[in-house]
Amino acid sequence: MENSTTKNETSSYLDMELLRFSTAGSVDDGKSTLIGRLLYDSKSIFADQYEAIEETSRRKGDENVNLALLTDGLRAEREQGITIDVAYRYFATPKRKFIIADTPGHIQYTRNMVTGASTSNLSIILVDARQGVVEQTCRHTFISSLLGIPHVVFCINKMDLVDYSEDVFEKIKKDLEAFSSKLEVRDIHFVPISALKGDNVVNKSENMSWYQGSTLMYLLENIHIGSDYNHVDCRFPVQYVVRPQLDEFHDFRGYSGRIAGGIFKKGDEVVVLPSGFSSKIKSIHIYNNEIEEAFSPMSVTMTLEDDIDISRGDMIVRENNQPNASQDLDLMVCWLNDKPMINGGKYALKHTTNDARCIIKEVKYKVNINTLHRIEDDKVINTNDIARITIRTTRPLLFDKYSRNRITGSLILINEATNETVGAAMIV
Amino acid sequence: MKSYNLTHLEELEAEAIYILREVASQFEKPALLFSGGKDSIVVAHMARKAFWPAKIPFPLVHIDTGHNFTETIEFRDDFVQKIGANLIVGSVQQSINEGKVVEEKGFNASRNALQTVTLLDTIEQYKFDCAIGGARRDEEKARAKERFFSHRDEFGQWDPKNQRPELWNIFNGRKDMGEHFRVFPISNWTEMDVWQYILKENIEIPSIYLAHQREVFIREGVIMSTSSFIQQRDNEVTTNMQVRFRTIGDATCTGAVESNADSIEKIIEEVAVARTTERGTRSDDKRSEAAMEDRKKQGYF
Repeated sequence: MENSTTKNETSSYLDMELLRFSTAGSVDDGKSTLIGRLLYDSKSIFADQYEAIEETSRRKGDENVNLALLTDGLRAEREQGITIDVAYRYFATPKRKFIIADTPGHIQYTRNMVTGASTSNLSIILVDARQGVVEQTCRHTFISSLLGIPHVVFCINKMDLVDYSEDVFEKIKKDLEAFSSKLEVRDIHFVPISALKGDNVVNKSENMSWYQGSTLMYLLENIHIGSDYNHVDCRFPVQYVVRPQLDEFHDFRGYSGRIAGGIFKKGDEVVVLPSGFSSKIKSIHIYNNEIEEAFSPMSVTMTLEDDIDISRGDMIVRENNQPNASQDLDLMVCWLNDKPMINGGKYALKHTTNDARCIIKEVKYKVNINTLHRIEDDKVINTNDIARITIRTTRPLLFDKYSRNRITGSLILINEATNETVGAAMIV
Repeated sequence: MKSYNLTHLEELEAEAIYILREVASQFEKPALLFSGGKDSIVVAHMARKAFWPAKIPFPLVHIDTGHNFTETIEFRDDFVQKIGANLIVGSVQQSINEGKVVEEKGFNASRNALQTVTLLDTIEQYKFDCAIGGARRDEEKARAKERFFSHRDEFGQWDPKNQRPELWNIFNGRKDMGEHFRVFPISNWTEMDVWQYILKENIEIPSIYLAHQREVFIREGVIMSTSSFIQQRDNEVTTNMQVRFRTIGDATCTGAVESNADSIEKIIEEVAVARTTERGTRSDDKRSEAAMEDRKKQGYF
């Protein structure tokens, strides 16, 4: 009896989902205050952590406790008072576990936001109610859209400083809707908040009775993320081939990987690319547990009915729904390295579980990320630039458009001399 | 309608297993750093799942300070035998005997920092090109900026300001001769996730994680286990307390907490209301504000 009661109290975690979101902004738009409130209210800051940063803030003469100190763990960051890198923070409520990719507002802005956004389900964009839509707002929105973040939540912050005015909120909302209509964002929300006073962050505001929508926390806990993964186009990039040298599993030949799209079922007719051989799924395993179906983003091992030569980099798909296969690709690239991209240069690339090489064939245009204007007369791609380019690869890649599938539609470029990751690209 | 959602633990597991398989694919001679602590146990458990029905295709490596809790070593040997893994032990005592490191002296003497030399020697001796570890980003602030795939130069050094950006689930493990990688599959896990996963998967852990009676003494507010490796001051009185360990490191620098949590369920309840981080009991982190970063730059775990 005693056991079963304990079980009930601790078993709710078995229903929790995982939501990854990114926040972007500069020091004074209230981002730290907002994150601080989410962390405090979910009891995710520990006493010893808080005391340590309180002490450091006091020593530096800061008026408020500087939450960036929680994750700005590198000496250089503390010395210069800047965040160098994407900071990952974690908190949980009984409903969901959250991973925040918190990106700094100034240094290496684009590079960091692109990195943080690449795995996010949701993006929080802070807008200062006194200033409305500014350049930075457009930049955040554009990058969220470019990186295919399914949900965007605009938090109109500092509502306390505009007397909680509905008119101010509605005006900003209208401007944001107009701007966003030029971009591809699937799901947009607007929440009037005061991060400092706590209005509509976790608790519903008593100062804005005109607002009938959800609090930010309610959105974070309830936004439907089940459809964020592609469950339509079956894509299984083979990552690793399991061939146990054990008597018991003598003939076992398993293909392991993470499902990049769709739902695979035992018995499904499948095609292996690039060879084009067909077979049937004999079994799907997670460890010694055989399952009936598997979907993105599960990591599984499959066996097929027929003995086909399959190796890492191959892709298992359905016959009537196949990815593109080509050596010529159109990309939107974000340049991440201090050395400019070399037009006509050769780079190594990684795409799903594949390695290849490529040559940069053409720079079509750069994007001014503040105005969305195309720049066609300056084709030098420097760090933090976003550009439309074409490449040719050494062998055909099996891909989908990024807007269709974030896994099969993304790739990275690598400098072959330094091995550094220099470009992040989305297939257009 | 059937829902195609993973729970947070399933998604974290899928991510970690994907990373373990990337390691096996991208590196020629990886190894899994295994301390007998809960985090490395969880990583080893997922490695079993990742490569089933084959065995884990790389050895487990334990950097043994010689000052471990007896329970940890017993657990380690038992665990390795059960899963049929290959265990390599890098011995700090041997590094001391060979004169490569000098033992610290005094009351706070610890072999914790010496492990770095033994670790790098072991990596070099066996020509490992990747060492998988159980570090998590929520543990310590220098670890918050760590990559899943973390590059180390030919001296084993970490250059935190010059890390490769990591996007989507694409991991760049390219390197030159003599360099290696550290890979952290459970970067995104919190202490709570680890305990929930241990409960869900029914994973065995060393007994000292659970509450038990122990001979202890108090040093600078930390409950330390009495041990032949630690020199007690005259005013550090030995008493008996009901304690458990939240982390398991070298016995000389790992403190216990007072606790009645004698089951995983109770530990989860305890973690849920805990107001200090688990590394709050680690005196190795308290040496300076950047203690962890400094050790990591030199090649620490």
